[in-house]
Amino acid sequence: MSMANDALYAVPRFRRSGDAALTVEVGDGIDADVNARVVDLDRALAERALPGIVEIVPTYRTLLVCFDPVMLSRRDIEAEIMALWPPVAPIGQVRRRWTVPVAYGGDNGMDLDWLARRLDTTTDEIVARHSAAEYRVYMIGFMPGFAYLGGLDPALHVDRRPEPRLVTPPCSVSVGGQQAAVAPPLASPSGWHMLGRTPVRSYDPRRTHEPFLFRAGDLLRFHPIAAAEFAALERAAETGAIIAEREELTV
Amino acid sequence: MSVDLEIIEPGLSTTLQDLGRRGFQRFGISASGVMDPIALATANALVGNKLETAALEITLAGPTLTCTSAEIRFALAGADFAVAIDGRPVSSHETHDLKAGQRLSIGTARDGTRAVLAVSGGFQSAPILGSVSTHSRSQLGGLDGGPLRAGDRLPLAAPGLPARPHLMVSPAHRRRAQGAVRVLLGPQDDAFSAEGIATFFASDYTVTALSDRMGCRLEGPRVQHAGAVGIVSDGTVFGSIQIPGNGQPIILLADRQTTGGYPKIATVISADLPRLAQLRPGERVRFQAVEEDVAVQLARDMRERIRRIDASLVEIQRTAAPTSDHLLACNLIGGVISAFD
Repeated sequence: MSMANDALYAVPRFRRSGDAALTVEVGDGIDADVNARVVDLDRALAERALPGIVEIVPTYRTLLVCFDPVMLSRRDIEAEIMALWPPVAPIGQVRRRWTVPVAYGGDNGMDLDWLARRLDTTTDEIVARHSAAEYRVYMIGFMPGFAYLGGLDPALHVDRRPEPRLVTPPCSVSVGGQQAAVAPPLASPSGWHMLGRTPVRSYDPRRTHEPFLFRAGDLLRFHPIAAAEFAALERAAETGAIIAEREELTV
Repeated sequence: MSVDLEIIEPGLSTTLQDLGRRGFQRFGISASGVMDPIALATANALVGNKLETAALEITLAGPTLTCTSAEIRFALAGADFAVAIDGRPVSSHETHDLKAGQRLSIGTARDGTRAVLAVSGGFQSAPILGSVSTHSRSQLGGLDGGPLRAGDRLPLAAPGLPARPHLMVSPAHRRRAQGAVRVLLGPQDDAFSAEGIATFFASDYTVTALSDRMGCRLEGPRVQHAGAVGIVSDGTVFGSIQIPGNGQPIILLADRQTTGGYPKIATVISADLPRLAQLRPGERVRFQAVEEDVAVQLARDMRERIRRIDASLVEIQRTAAPTSDHLLACNLIGGVISAFD
């Protein structure tokens, strides 16, 4: 973040979300530096552990701070954030990088052939591009453990479907517009293009020590696997094994 | 062997709810939880439970239930439902004892939409992510992540009758709040034209039949956006009022998605959230902006009202046959008596 980034605001913009929540906007658009600032402010505010803050929800470019209006006022929280501003990442912080296996195409990725035709290329080329990129987890939202990813190869940017599908398979790996995503083991409606499925369960409430794998700020890469390997890994994941590889990078 | 509450008929949508999941919205987990927290506190207070004990939320048409192996005490609070024990009508908003094998039938809502059915001692259910609340879309909570079904058995934590008097909610505390739903503007009121905001506050909106625990969908004059309809997705709260491209407001509720990409013109104040649980399809609502300090004071008042919920309850003497049911029917709702004959 050595170069100035116009997307970052000099000071946060506060937006009222009722009497029990405050939306803190730290920048404009979908941008890695803006999202990094969200992650840093989230951490800094959580460390203050103010009594009366109920929960904080980091998203692309905002923090939603939910609070108890009987214990704490919106002005108190705004003052607290200004005192922490600009938030900085702690020195020697650890960043997590996940490698997520994906079985592309066929029944696992019903839109892969369509996307190849649409982009006038081969399915191999799409798989190669999709699995070569390093992605950033911008936020978890929409449904439990659903990871919104930035960093998709521009050659794979395709508008979403005009009519969303009412049901898409659990654990789908998909792309939509400039974004990519990994879905949890739950079926869901979606207007994105389904490239494949992962045996990784990004969310599993039975895994009580670690029900959620990914969090905002994590790095993520995809690794192509064959359908047969998918089946074996899926069985392992069913028993609670975390089959995504995790590296810890010091930055 | 556990003593169970047995579901004979599930009703339209009957779910186990407590105050919901807190702290996991950052992982995409909807808060869920009871839609009308005053009803939950009231029903629990009636049967002598802790106010936040998990109970059954029933919607528009209620379930038929029985307990074959023990006597239980129950109470309903919230919307006014028709209630009968073995076919004999009894009053809502007061405690009753259900003998082993008797059938409790909860009919349709006569006013409002949702009531809470609490059982003395509560249910035995293991929390997931800090709550037993049912969230159907993510298959969390309840018995198996969804509304109750015929044949389901909910284990009771402490079956049997409590050693305490029968209570009822005093009639003054049963009335549904009237008037406009109060809101604070924001967080994205700047995404709307001045005309759009004026339309929002000047119009009547009708609750549509597509409303559920995720959102209350409204129909009425179109609220005009100032520019683009989409925002970069951000977090939502219970009471966020989003306006999609068709200009028709949706009030996000307990089971809402954790993040959304439509601009949110305003947010319902905390004190008016329980009212949203009771809006009926076809009912009209109007919005009114209030100042923030007013909203905070009203939130304080509601907290105090829940803390002192016992003050809204009255002891009833139920010795021989016709008791308060009869008295209430005679004195207060005379015109309805014939329905019970």
